[in-house]
Amino acid sequence: MSSLGNYGVAAVLGVPAVTAALLAMIPSYVVSARLNILACFLAFAAALSLFWVRPEPNNLLLVDDFNVYLVVLNTFVGFTTSVFSASYIGHELENGRLTPVYLRFYHGMYQSMMFAMNLALVANSIGLLWVAVEVATLSTVLMVGIYRTHEALEAAWKYFILGSVGIALALFGTILVYLAAQEVIGEGVEAMAWTNLVARARDFDPALLNVAFIFLLLGYGTKVGLAPLHAWLPDAHAEGPTPISAVLSGLLLNVALYALLRFKMIMAANARALTPGPLMVTMGLISLIFAAFMLYRRRDIKRMFAYSSIEHMGIITFAFGMGGPLANFAGLLHMTMHSLTKSAIFFAVGHVAQVKGTQKIADIRGLTETHPVLGWALAIGVLAIAGMPPLGIFMSEFLVVSSSFARQPLLAVPLVFGLAIAFGALMLRLHGFLFGEPSPSSAASHASYAPVFGHLALVLIAGIYLPPALVAWFQNVARLLG
Amino acid sequence: MGHLSFDIAHLLAGGMVAVSFMLLYQDRMFGMLNAFALHAVVLALSVAWQAYVQGAPHLYATAAIAFVFKAIIIPTALHRIVMRLNIHREVENVVGIGVTMLAGIGLTALSITVMLPVTGSADAFVREDLAFALSVVLLGLLMMITRRNAVSQVIGFMSLENGLVLAATGARGMPLVVEISVAFSVLIAFIVFGIFLFRIRERFDTVDVHALDSFRGDRS
Repeated sequence: MSSLGNYGVAAVLGVPAVTAALLAMIPSYVVSARLNILACFLAFAAALSLFWVRPEPNNLLLVDDFNVYLVVLNTFVGFTTSVFSASYIGHELENGRLTPVYLRFYHGMYQSMMFAMNLALVANSIGLLWVAVEVATLSTVLMVGIYRTHEALEAAWKYFILGSVGIALALFGTILVYLAAQEVIGEGVEAMAWTNLVARARDFDPALLNVAFIFLLLGYGTKVGLAPLHAWLPDAHAEGPTPISAVLSGLLLNVALYALLRFKMIMAANARALTPGPLMVTMGLISLIFAAFMLYRRRDIKRMFAYSSIEHMGIITFAFGMGGPLANFAGLLHMTMHSLTKSAIFFAVGHVAQVKGTQKIADIRGLTETHPVLGWALAIGVLAIAGMPPLGIFMSEFLVVSSSFARQPLLAVPLVFGLAIAFGALMLRLHGFLFGEPSPSSAASHASYAPVFGHLALVLIAGIYLPPALVAWFQNVARLLG
Repeated sequence: MGHLSFDIAHLLAGGMVAVSFMLLYQDRMFGMLNAFALHAVVLALSVAWQAYVQGAPHLYATAAIAFVFKAIIIPTALHRIVMRLNIHREVENVVGIGVTMLAGIGLTALSITVMLPVTGSADAFVREDLAFALSVVLLGLLMMITRRNAVSQVIGFMSLENGLVLAATGARGMPLVVEISVAFSVLIAFIVFGIFLFRIRERFDTVDVHALDSFRGDRS
């Protein structure tokens, strides 16, 4: 059984790695776009197989209940994004924003980014986790700058500088965790394996762990986009190609948060170390309220949804910071729902920006008249992200709010306040997008609607009916998280 | 583990902090590149000494990587970029050098007060090394925020990575995976920076990061 599981993990990591090398060599963009889709689908299938057969954990790799669902989510959104990307880049070639040479580079980077994110998720060694997050950052930096316009370069530069500083702080924290472990476990690879760290954490030096966690929180927190470390995020989302915005919001932020949660579990295993909860609750609330207010003043549509991602990462961090079975359950569900919804929104926004020829909110009007299908897809996405029932985000937000009312009623007040502010901003903008005088420049759309509606259908189904097996699964993981 | 070996380790790690301060007050591009090369040389010596003291031969490889890449190849390459872009006189500080130095002293004091009490149970080697390493990291950060020029920020970032390598070698028996990755990531970082620098030159005729700040999507 376990040897089959090894094949599964090898496929999840190997397929993107090999495809990345292949794609860099294929000149025809039509072929490479299809190969990209195929590779993403194979990785998704391999990830699904991990539900049934899992490899034995070793010092480098680990598949457990917690990360297997994130691997599946990661490869699934990677797959749907590759489908969207295929229709998106055709249009970008037509209007000359990208050239075939750059597309080769783009596809190669897409797969190396998928590889790095999958590696980060299945890494057991905290050193390997760090390397994977770094590689994912570097490949996305290159993608953000791919249009080579003034704005894209500035965004990529900013993302690179802030991302590197964050990742450097995270490495310092990782070294400190190793030091704490090395006194107890002994030298070598064993003292970096997360499974060993959690098992022996109660004997670690608490003071060293405390300092380490601060560095890790600042370091990986930068990648999560928590305020006040979020400055790179809106620029990177707005200026890169839209498939990359979808992957950044839907996946990369999750991966960084996942890394943080692994370290939180180590902290929780040591009774004398500081409790990470209050720190995470504070940063989550600051991000939520800050981003909610920032939503009102946005003039660029992708930038607005980038702030919405900061808002939702704030909610998720808040939920995990609260801890306990119910809040963790809500956090896990919200992570999934946000990934699906936000990437669906970016798919829709990508096509909207293409047909309208602009990303300016003021110039995107009357979508229901000119492009009804696209307009309503965007509408459903925005309603979902704003937290309207019966969609999935309503469920998870409701759980976050009710669990905080039950445990810490005072914290629920700013939480609900932030949610209400964000809701208002999104509704205000949505009205403008859908109705009113259609803006003059309206090209025909040749969008692929399958990824958008696929995601939204999943979000709707999750909002109405969560399969009991999935509920049991989430409950189990929530207990693991403590 | 004699007294002498501790003193030498201490001296070399302290030397890195001193060179970090030198980096802070350079006002010419070439001076800064030379100071960075010196930083990398001291790092290589320090890592080699750790390899000798800890009896860990794989650390010699880390020392060699630090020496070859960071003390020779990268400064030479940056030197050529600076010549080609004709920017060797442009080192602009956001704040005055005096203020920067004072802030640097404050950061060093901070890292010592943070690290020494925390690492009480570790041996003296590790304690001192970590305190110095954190100072180098923080001074690298300080350099990145007080310089506007893109090349100076690259150097600030690499001196920060040097501090991380110092910390990683100070931690006994840290697996090689991480050390290689650190060296490797610096290389990748350098390539990326190189690409960016050329693109920036091509597009705006300046590598002053301040000039890049003129645009925000929301203001247009």
